[in-house]
Amino acid sequence: MTDNCQLTTANRQLTTMTSETLLIGLAGVLAAAAPVIFAVMGETFSERAGVINLSMNGSILLSAMGGFAVALNTGSLLLGFLAGAGIGALVALVVAFSSITLKQSQVAVGFVLALLTRDLAYFLGNPVMGQPGPRLQSLPLPGLSQLPVLGPLLFKQDLMTYLSFLLIFLAWAFIFRTRPGLMLQGIGERPAAAFVRGANVNRLRYFYTILGGALIGLAGPIYSLSVKAGWKGTISGLDGIGWIALSITIFGGWNPIRAALGAYLFALLQWLGLALQPILPGIPAQVLQVAPFPLMILTLLLVNIGDSEWVERALAAMPERQRRLAEKILRALRAKPPAALGTTFDSE
Amino acid sequence: MRNSRWTNLIFQLIAVILALGFTTLVMLIAKAPPLDAFKNIIIGSIGSWTKISDVLISWTPLLLATTGLLITFTAGLWNIGIEGQMMIGAVFSTWVLRLLQESTLPPALILGLAILGGMLGGALWALLTGVLKTFGGVNEIFGGLGLNFVATSINLWLIFGPWKRPGVASMSGTIPFPETLWLPTLPGSRLSLWALGLALISIVLVYFLLRGTYFGLRLKAVGKNAKAAYLLGVPTWQYSLAAFALCGIFAGLAGAMQVLVVYHRLIPSISSGYGYLGLMVAMLVNYQALWAAPVAFFFAALNIGSIQLPVVLKLDSTLSGVLQGTLVLFVLLMQGARQKLGIRN
Amino acid sequence: MTIPPHTFLLYHIGCRLSVVSHFVIHLIIIFLSFSHSLPSHSPMNVDLRHIHKTFGKVHANDDISLDIPAGTIQGILGENGAGKSTLMKVLSGFIYADAGEIRLDGRATTIHSPADAIRQGIGMLHQDPLDFPPMKILDNFLLGRAGGLFPDRKTARRDFLALAAQFDFSLDPEAYVDRLTVGERQQLEILRLLWLGARALILDEPTTGISLPQKEKLFATLKKLAAQGMTILFVSHKLEDVEALCGRVSVLRQGKLVEMMTPPFDAGRLVESMFGKQVTLAARTPARPGLVTLRAQNLSLEDSRLQIHQANLDVRAGEVIGLAGMEGSGQTLFLRACAGLLHPVAGKTLVGGRDLTGQAHHAFKKQGVAYLPASRMEEGLIPGLTLTDHFVLAEKMRGVFINREAALGLARQRISAFNIKGTPASTVESLSGGNQQRALLALLQTPLNLILLEHPTRGLDIESTLYIWAKLKERCAQGSAILFISADLDEILQYSDRVLVFFAGRVSPPLDAAQTSVTQLGQLIGGKGWETLAGEAAHA
Repeated sequence: MTDNCQLTTANRQLTTMTSETLLIGLAGVLAAAAPVIFAVMGETFSERAGVINLSMNGSILLSAMGGFAVALNTGSLLLGFLAGAGIGALVALVVAFSSITLKQSQVAVGFVLALLTRDLAYFLGNPVMGQPGPRLQSLPLPGLSQLPVLGPLLFKQDLMTYLSFLLIFLAWAFIFRTRPGLMLQGIGERPAAAFVRGANVNRLRYFYTILGGALIGLAGPIYSLSVKAGWKGTISGLDGIGWIALSITIFGGWNPIRAALGAYLFALLQWLGLALQPILPGIPAQVLQVAPFPLMILTLLLVNIGDSEWVERALAAMPERQRRLAEKILRALRAKPPAALGTTFDSE
Repeated sequence: MRNSRWTNLIFQLIAVILALGFTTLVMLIAKAPPLDAFKNIIIGSIGSWTKISDVLISWTPLLLATTGLLITFTAGLWNIGIEGQMMIGAVFSTWVLRLLQESTLPPALILGLAILGGMLGGALWALLTGVLKTFGGVNEIFGGLGLNFVATSINLWLIFGPWKRPGVASMSGTIPFPETLWLPTLPGSRLSLWALGLALISIVLVYFLLRGTYFGLRLKAVGKNAKAAYLLGVPTWQYSLAAFALCGIFAGLAGAMQVLVVYHRLIPSISSGYGYLGLMVAMLVNYQALWAAPVAFFFAALNIGSIQLPVVLKLDSTLSGVLQGTLVLFVLLMQGARQKLGIRN
Repeated sequence: MTIPPHTFLLYHIGCRLSVVSHFVIHLIIIFLSFSHSLPSHSPMNVDLRHIHKTFGKVHANDDISLDIPAGTIQGILGENGAGKSTLMKVLSGFIYADAGEIRLDGRATTIHSPADAIRQGIGMLHQDPLDFPPMKILDNFLLGRAGGLFPDRKTARRDFLALAAQFDFSLDPEAYVDRLTVGERQQLEILRLLWLGARALILDEPTTGISLPQKEKLFATLKKLAAQGMTILFVSHKLEDVEALCGRVSVLRQGKLVEMMTPPFDAGRLVESMFGKQVTLAARTPARPGLVTLRAQNLSLEDSRLQIHQANLDVRAGEVIGLAGMEGSGQTLFLRACAGLLHPVAGKTLVGGRDLTGQAHHAFKKQGVAYLPASRMEEGLIPGLTLTDHFVLAEKMRGVFINREAALGLARQRISAFNIKGTPASTVESLSGGNQQRALLALLQTPLNLILLEHPTRGLDIESTLYIWAKLKERCAQGSAILFISADLDEILQYSDRVLVFFAGRVSPPLDAAQTSVTQLGQLIGGKGWETLAGEAAHA
């Protein structure tokens, strides 16, 4: 009985949702995805060069705290964002140094850094916790923001959201269309071949890992100065974002466009989780918030499952037409990592 | 090769000094008095028998987690999902207690079943990660992380839903169990020799398992080169799953201990981060069982010692995490530095 | 870093001049880079003088002097470990010589890196072409050449097609490299090096893994290039290739240059100087095959690239069957199917009369089937574990605990029986390639019904090769059947009783090795002469 009641209220709420509130909600999704996009693009650059930056989760937290603290103390948003980027770059430098120069396991060092930077964020962020601070204002683009539908959706965002749109395109164009981008693919794919073509593989790997780290670091202040303004310590709700971003990178198949789709999908789900909360009061908020995680496992499953033996066997047993279709779907979903990901390179 | 033990020791010592230096620097940045903080941690961990027993209470789950992780690391697996495995172990343990607490069964039997239930829960949750990896190609790091969050939500859902306290559900957990269903502790203390004994037996068992048995050698083979191990006749995916299940058993046991000894109920943060900390301990001891117990003790001491920091010095207690993290980081870096210098010589 | 050195110098000068002359210099640079884009190989002579290189205690290059006039095809012969690749690495900028001098066109120079080598006109074609498999041919072609932010695909494409036409290579610039054969990837690399202005080419074992027609085309290309003045260093251990191609041959042995010869080549003397002694191959001993150990019945196999339809084969105890074909023609699929490592789409595999179709490798292993993979360290052995550990792993488990004493005894006995240079506590990665292969053989259980080998002697010196085949023949005498893949046609004909030829998924009927010549085999591998073969099969 009660279930029925709830369902009818849900229907009513969904139907009464005007197109205007829907648009505002979707515009919010685009803004909420902005930090994830920065982080995912950063990780994509790093992994394309062959270096997994597993520290992302803590890195985002530390840069969120650091960016907020700097902006609070200097009153300058710009300095806040720069501080975030700097922190991310610094953490990435440690990953690069230990994996490229010292040849230690990228996973081990990255994981330790993920925990360390998280604890650092909470420890150092203690004094600024809960304080009201500056916030990035939205920047409606003159003219464009007046457009029907597209205006409120795309052109009433803040600067970092606009930049996130731009970043997707730039990252894609750089990796697939420019000469250094091709070489970036090369050093992650076959460093020896890049080396004989004149690339200084390890120096480039440093460069892209640090560049990627700076982008990851920007995700932090985008949260603490815009999307979830402020620093609230362990209840900031940011813990876990980095791990999600890491799996979106894989889901994205190291392609910025596909990765961006993943980020938007994730933000959409989170928004739906919140939007559905009044409809499903029996489920605590914490449960709905983790909804993306099983989904993340599912997407990873879909991305990888085409390679497993039993699937091949199952496919072989299917009738011809269904088999071709299933194979096509699995191939479209499959994402192959850069061949030299996680390995070290010696020119000798 | 010559003097490798001494150079090793020197490099580790440098790592410890660097870690202390870095942590001091962090405290200076936070405008905290480093010496006072360190002193507080020491007094807060081994300053009295009560404190030492607190450390031992915290040592138990940490050592159990590390023990399990030694098995998965040997098999070449990064079982990050251990946090969730501990949580589901605690959930299963609680479940058994809830089912049987009204029954006429002797408490000792119920406790035994609750422990077994915890182990089963941990093993099942670990197997889920293992199955995702072996049959779905989902890397155990991502599968495990995802399942950690799922375990958290299951735990929260139970605490706020079906198992909520009469009246209002809260973050303080489910209703505590009657004292008859607590694992016996030393008089006047919260320390249980049962839990301590189980942890010690576990690490000794795993030490011998990995060192002198066919199972240990074959697990090592799978970890170092699964393809070759398969061609040599080792059923590789079965061994991977076995490693997950075994680790899950120890994780689940740790979770059960948290319920039966420490909290006597299910709370939202029942695993208390011991799983992740166990990963750090395992890395610090370079995946060798011999040093796991003392290093785990040290880490537990840091955790307990930093508890009073917020009260005494108005510092966040995550300082212990900062120190632990930097320690592992610098040990890894020093390992790399030593190898690099070794090549040059 | 990919700007030619003279350009760089001009930049330096440019910095000190006025804006106007700066502009002029820019024009010169643009002009230079244009002149650079047309591959005009003005001849260059390569002169190596007293090259020394040591690795630890090994004197890999011991006072090597070699003066190669422009337009020469210089063969460099030597067995594995003779110092060929060290010398080539010195010349191509991978490593520095400890002492000695490299002179190009009479001018002493230092080569800092492979990229620097190509700037100075020396291009190297590696045995496994150094390209980017998941990328397009055109991207592979243009990467490494200096240019702006956006690559000039139009020009690159035009130049690529022009060059390809010049040598009659049919490569689609938009195709992906991972779809190409090794031979086609070599062609791509040659074109790329020419486009970068190579005036000397080093080729490292280029005929391994390519088809006969591709080899013929490669040789024609090299001769054409030499006639245009290109200096070519052809590194190989195959006498017949060197004889067919080279205008001069030098032989390396244990780091020293021991022989220099011009045509006509005395094969006997070349072999003698390569190995320091006369090598005689063991006489063929015809097998007396016994019962059928493996039956492949209408076996259909497929992977993402290749399909095999309805292959049939009976393997009898005691016989050796060689699987010939250029890489990726289906022989690996077939061998893996015989091991249960690949499940057939249709058909049956029977081992000792038992139907094992669709079962896992371990079921095959139980029936006495052993599989030795080509990549020793990737699939065969376990780095980090000792020889003793390996022997324990390969044996049946006895109880729960390992008996260390017994294991050590076993290891000692096998190490001496197989003449492995190592101790029971040696980790496998510390062994040389030949010793690793011996260790793999030493891991085989007795008795065995069927031994499946991928490239059993690839990369091994002649002594190890002979030793390994002696051991394998012993196994045959004990009743094991052997199926092996090799890229070396001589090895196939020397050791097989019967031969199966694979071409693009087609499988020949078993050929009698004694009745087959290298030429015939080579043609079949390249796809020629299959019509008559089918006729013969039908006839038989």
